Amino acid sequence: MSAETDAETRKTRNAWLLSTPALVLLLFAASGPLLIVLTYSFLAPGEYGNVVWDFDLRGWISILYTKDIFDGTYHLADAHLSIFWRSVKLSLMTTAVTFAIGFPTAWFIATRPPAQRAFWLFLITIPFWTNLLIRTVAINEVIRNEGLLNTFLIWLGVIAEPIRIIYTDTAVLIGMAYVYLPLMVLPLYAAIDRFDMRLLEAGYDLYASRGQVLRRVILPIVKPGIVAGSILVFVPSLGAYVTPRVLGGGKNMMIGNFIELQFGQGRNWPLGAALSMTLLCVVMVALLIYVRAANKGDNQNG
Amino acid sequence: MTTIPTAVEAKSIVKAFGQGAVAIKALDNVSIEIKQGEFFTLLGPSGCGKTTLLRLIAGFDTPTSGKILLNGDDITHLPPNKRPVNTVFQSYALFPHLTVAENIGFGLQMQGRPKAEVTESVARMLALVQLEPMANRKTSQLSGGQQQRVALARALAPTPKVLLLDEPLSALDLKLRKEMQIELKRLQQETGITFVFVTHDQEEALTMSDRIAVMSAGHVQQIGTPRDIYTRPANRFVASFIGETNFLSGQSDGTSVTLANGARLPMSAPQGRVNLTIRPEQLRVVPLGTEGAMPAHVASTVYFGTDTHLHLHLEGGIDIVARQQSPAQGGEAMKEGTPVGVLFAEGALLALED
Amino acid sequence: MANRAFEVARLPGFRTIALTAFVLLYLPIITLVIYSFNAGQSVAVWEGFSLDWYAKAWENEAVKGATYRSLIIAATASAIATTVATMAALGTTRRKAFKGQTAIYVMINQPLMVPEIVTAVALLIFFASIKVATGYTGLWYLIIAHAAFCVPFAYLPIRARLEGMDLTLETAAGDLYASHWQTFRYVTLPLMLPGIIAGAMLAFVISLDDVVITEFVKSGGQDTLPTYMLGQMRRAITPEVNAISTVLLALTVALLTAFFLLTRKNDK
Repeated sequence: MSAETDAETRKTRNAWLLSTPALVLLLFAASGPLLIVLTYSFLAPGEYGNVVWDFDLRGWISILYTKDIFDGTYHLADAHLSIFWRSVKLSLMTTAVTFAIGFPTAWFIATRPPAQRAFWLFLITIPFWTNLLIRTVAINEVIRNEGLLNTFLIWLGVIAEPIRIIYTDTAVLIGMAYVYLPLMVLPLYAAIDRFDMRLLEAGYDLYASRGQVLRRVILPIVKPGIVAGSILVFVPSLGAYVTPRVLGGGKNMMIGNFIELQFGQGRNWPLGAALSMTLLCVVMVALLIYVRAANKGDNQNG
Repeated sequence: MTTIPTAVEAKSIVKAFGQGAVAIKALDNVSIEIKQGEFFTLLGPSGCGKTTLLRLIAGFDTPTSGKILLNGDDITHLPPNKRPVNTVFQSYALFPHLTVAENIGFGLQMQGRPKAEVTESVARMLALVQLEPMANRKTSQLSGGQQQRVALARALAPTPKVLLLDEPLSALDLKLRKEMQIELKRLQQETGITFVFVTHDQEEALTMSDRIAVMSAGHVQQIGTPRDIYTRPANRFVASFIGETNFLSGQSDGTSVTLANGARLPMSAPQGRVNLTIRPEQLRVVPLGTEGAMPAHVASTVYFGTDTHLHLHLEGGIDIVARQQSPAQGGEAMKEGTPVGVLFAEGALLALED
Repeated sequence: MANRAFEVARLPGFRTIALTAFVLLYLPIITLVIYSFNAGQSVAVWEGFSLDWYAKAWENEAVKGATYRSLIIAATASAIATTVATMAALGTTRRKAFKGQTAIYVMINQPLMVPEIVTAVALLIFFASIKVATGYTGLWYLIIAHAAFCVPFAYLPIRARLEGMDLTLETAAGDLYASHWQTFRYVTLPLMLPGIIAGAMLAFVISLDDVVITEFVKSGGQDTLPTYMLGQMRRAITPEVNAISTVLLALTVALLTAFFLLTRKNDK
């Protein structure tokens, strides 16, 4: 029996040994630096960026409050709050829009004959792996003032003047919904694919209408997929940087751009670090919800 | 008479999984001797330890205690790649990235045999399992039966001292299984290699084996020829696992046994309560009143084609099944409630251990 | 037939929405590709077919440099990521759960979980201090950063491949006299190779596409194609950007198609 225990110990040691290069790389260039960010969030800002090594909570405080230049009192920072609010609002709306479009799309793919399914999935996967920047450029071409959409509408005679979409929240919403749609479709497809279509027959057999079958049978069963897709869209939306930068212009910032600002012109590294940590925490909470939902889904199906 | 030398010997093998109080003994003090050139079968229900024993012989696991000898040499701690023993896996485990010929030649190549020898040997094996036209196919292009043959050829190619077969026929359909049973027997006779065959199918075991070890719950229940095991089961487990049988109980006075219906049958058994068994085909159903017959009536009949099973009620609450040839065309099955007499064939009633 | 058969799985309107979604998904990309061949300056008015913008992009020294850097970084980073991911996959799959397994999984998949902007900022700070300390400002910062976030993309297909592999194949190899090394060389490695190639290709694509982390980590004059494009977009978008996008797009689609064929063929 001790021989077996030895073998197990050796295997475990091998597992760690073989994983070591990957772990070192990730510790060096992914996880480790996060600790530095955490540290920096408790330091004082330097005059030209960087930090001064003094313990300082101003980084965290200034997430929500600004110090009045005249009397030194703290007030809620409206500008910051509006950026947070915009980020959350746009991310939620992106999630809703992608779900509204993504669920029928995933259902459509999952109900194709098996031979065709791979093809439709491939069509979803190509944009998924295509450069985010390229897709943002592409949607930009469509919604610009002189873009495809306006040109088309003017040609139709529906409008005389181009509608100004670019550099608005709507532009960011359209852009994020466009770039993150595949992230919603793929997990929804996975859930629907596992869904036993005979349950539909059972539902109709028991006098349910199409709407009732959708609400009472399909949606509850594919719920883990819905949660997964929603989180997978919500998380990158919240941390989005490229899309709001290109489509939102300078004014319609989201948290990602706000963080960059602190390391650029803002020269407030501790605030940027604190904001990064805050974003990270929100994302982690969302991911925990996702993991719990995914586990529940596994239990239901296994 | 020359004694046939032993090929494989398992000596007091214990194999426990887990540790301490939660340890489960998959094999509990198992000893088996397998003769050279023998078709030896390990038979038992799933979880009886037969596959565990096979894996110990192959070297995929080491016993917790006990020894495995091959031709008298202790190989207990020899790794599988150093043992002249090959396995036909239940799932075949054919290498999907290699062709049929490459699969068959794999073992010889790993042993570092010269190319010419490998080529020659592969050709011989392909001929043996009649798969010459498939030599350069990928194994995924083969049917289940063909894959089975490749697995056999691959395991036989390095001419092992012992071939281990782990339920190799279980994935095949009934017809193919029957064919492969004959094929396996032919291969074993042609090659003269010792086969150790694991199965849970008693019919398979009875038709193919020279000797059978019946296993249950980590113990060997009985070792013997198929005839021995069928006609002289050592205990209740063996009797019920192999074929169909009736169980009775009786009171023994040493020279005769009294059944619950009062019938006294001469047989030697240890005094006291005894467990008895008799096979359904050893019962004769005769007209009531035949001399020596016990009175009974038919409870129900079940038609099996060639045979018909008669479920009989005897006095004293004895329920028993008799197997009869089905009546010829036009003949009538016996009606329920028909009073009949029952005779036990001479010497067919056995006393069981436990 | 007068009555259409009752299709159980049909939900009203779903097909229309789905097909619209596919059109919306591809319309912008196709437009972008088409206008990269436009003869005129405009990205709105079609003035005839030409390859001028490709020629222009090709003659642009900045684009050439960015292309070169993109390829060097993607090739090196994906090679590093695939190597370490292969080792990690061999270590962590096909065994009973062991102590620290979850920790390893979390570490390896960390780049998928942490928002890119946060990693970007963290690397900016970290590498800035190394740059000050060592004075080295070469491409290796970018290569290491890319290699790190490519690890999970390389790891996942390799792990999937290994887990789909029948363990008895290796047992069988051992039974047929193969040593541990021979088993790895002649059975395990050939069987996991499609996974390794798939992982390497994904890592390559991911590295090639990265904008955010590169934007923060690069030193002056270290633009890759995506960051070059991002820089260009501060001004008016020209068909030159479209041309570069189209080339990148073609490369991605080619690699993905290869990836799909590779993984599909081996599912059988």
